[in-house]
Amino acid sequence: MLPLDIGPLGKALNYLVYFAIGLGFGVSLELAGFGNARKLAGQFYFKDMTVLKTMFTAILTACLLIFLTAALGYLDFSKIYVNQTYLWPGIVGGLVMGVGFVVGGYCPGTSIISAASLKLDGLMFFIGTTIGAGVFGGTVSSMQKFWNSSYTERLLLSDVFGWSLGGAVVAVTVLALVFFYGAEKAEEFARDTSKAPQWRPTNRRYMAAAGVAFGTAMVIWGLGQPTPEAKWARVGDQYQPLLDGRDVFIHPLEYVKTWNDATIKLVTLDLRSKEAFDAFHLDAARNVTFEGLADEKFAFELNQLPPQGVVILIADDEGEAVRAWKRLKVEGVTNLYILEHGLTEWKHTFEPAAHAAHHFDFAKPSAKVLEAFPKDAYTPKIKLKTARRAGGLCG
Amino acid sequence: MEPKPFINPYLAGVMLGVVLFTAFAVTHSGLGASGAVSRLQVAATSAVAQDYVDRVGYFAAIGGGDRSALDHSSVMMLLGTFAGGMVSSWRNRRLKVEVCHGPSISPRLRLPLALLGGIIMGYGARLARGCTSGNALSGGAVLSAGSWAFMFAVFAGAYMLAYFVRKLWN
Repeated sequence: MLPLDIGPLGKALNYLVYFAIGLGFGVSLELAGFGNARKLAGQFYFKDMTVLKTMFTAILTACLLIFLTAALGYLDFSKIYVNQTYLWPGIVGGLVMGVGFVVGGYCPGTSIISAASLKLDGLMFFIGTTIGAGVFGGTVSSMQKFWNSSYTERLLLSDVFGWSLGGAVVAVTVLALVFFYGAEKAEEFARDTSKAPQWRPTNRRYMAAAGVAFGTAMVIWGLGQPTPEAKWARVGDQYQPLLDGRDVFIHPLEYVKTWNDATIKLVTLDLRSKEAFDAFHLDAARNVTFEGLADEKFAFELNQLPPQGVVILIADDEGEAVRAWKRLKVEGVTNLYILEHGLTEWKHTFEPAAHAAHHFDFAKPSAKVLEAFPKDAYTPKIKLKTARRAGGLCG
Repeated sequence: MEPKPFINPYLAGVMLGVVLFTAFAVTHSGLGASGAVSRLQVAATSAVAQDYVDRVGYFAAIGGGDRSALDHSSVMMLLGTFAGGMVSSWRNRRLKVEVCHGPSISPRLRLPLALLGGIIMGYGARLARGCTSGNALSGGAVLSAGSWAFMFAVFAGAYMLAYFVRKLWN
């Protein structure tokens, strides 16, 4: 199942993988002619639309591959890093970059290629980008508020327009094809007739390629993204041992310990009926139905928790708790546990401690209560695991 | 010998797209360049003024104290990109010391302008949290709404100014 987890290979091999990907990146850009400022700048005078053509072809190719493999169940899209949306800083920064592009003739990646092929202007541009990054870093504290504004962690085009992912893929495909057509027309219009085009496109070949792209997008749309059940069928083997070995069922005392641990961000989800919840519930708990929890947005929120986030499920019936656990697990929620026996044992467990204490609140036992129990009263199960989704190389 | 012609832009795009997909499939995230640019800058600043790097929060997070700014996967990718660009330009007879400039300006004017453009670009790329490859390309492929807005902003910024600087390129 993709994406692979190359972390265990060790640092040296990981670095080698990144280097190899960089090689492919560098070769592709160089072959396209992205190491030459005049060729890049031609984009902004409609003379040479290579930038647009290559960029949108790359986006389209990667997009189709990602969502096709996801639809077929070979890739878990929830584990793929999606650039965070900081809408306004992104737009203003983009406009500034556009100015830098047309003045200097490169962007950071292409200036590396240019410098690598010994173009002095590319080298100067690259040195400029490090200076510009330094100026930004040194002054960002004065505009911290704007820089962190209009933020959404994982906002997809499909969310913005209320489409399915497959629908968004089709829309992006159509948009790219329209752009390609426009780019060809623009070049035809602005072309210097004294020079023959480098590569004479046979119309039929282009139409066939466009057909393949559009057909693939339609297949992705038709397949839809995998249901939770289908996802579990693929990744269940990996998680089932945790359930069988009862590694995710925590003792009430561990719950109290976790809850009183200031370094942990605890989310408690109570799946019992509203009546039962109103009659008694833990102070930190939130009442949710299985349907509510099964909503995509719900798992999305849990996935935004910091690395020290822990999610604990409470239900009357273990089957119900396990069902919810599986549902959230396939959506990529990490540090997910179940309170063993729900609340049926809760009061019973704390009965002796409650008798001894002057004042005892069953809904929010303090850490003090732990002292009333022997150290080995329970086996701790919670092990914080960081989701391997963090990152993003531009950070 | 004459340099070889560049390859078909769509073919290059498919190659780049396959590399991008591979990056996602193997490392969970896409391609990038500007993160490493920041790291090079912090490393260079550290060499002359480590205390300044330690003092400014934005820099300290990258290369404060004993932290090495260059010990990062994005720097490895940048080295790979550089090596790939060099090997490819050499194989295609484009590895040559020269200055790319428009027909109406001299190389001596072109170099400071490239530096200026780079400074503006570097500033904007940090403000937007990513460059054309890290934000527009990678984020675009996974349908990030912010990346698409950003991508159109880059083109808009360039097209708005293009007319006024046409002498530089034509």
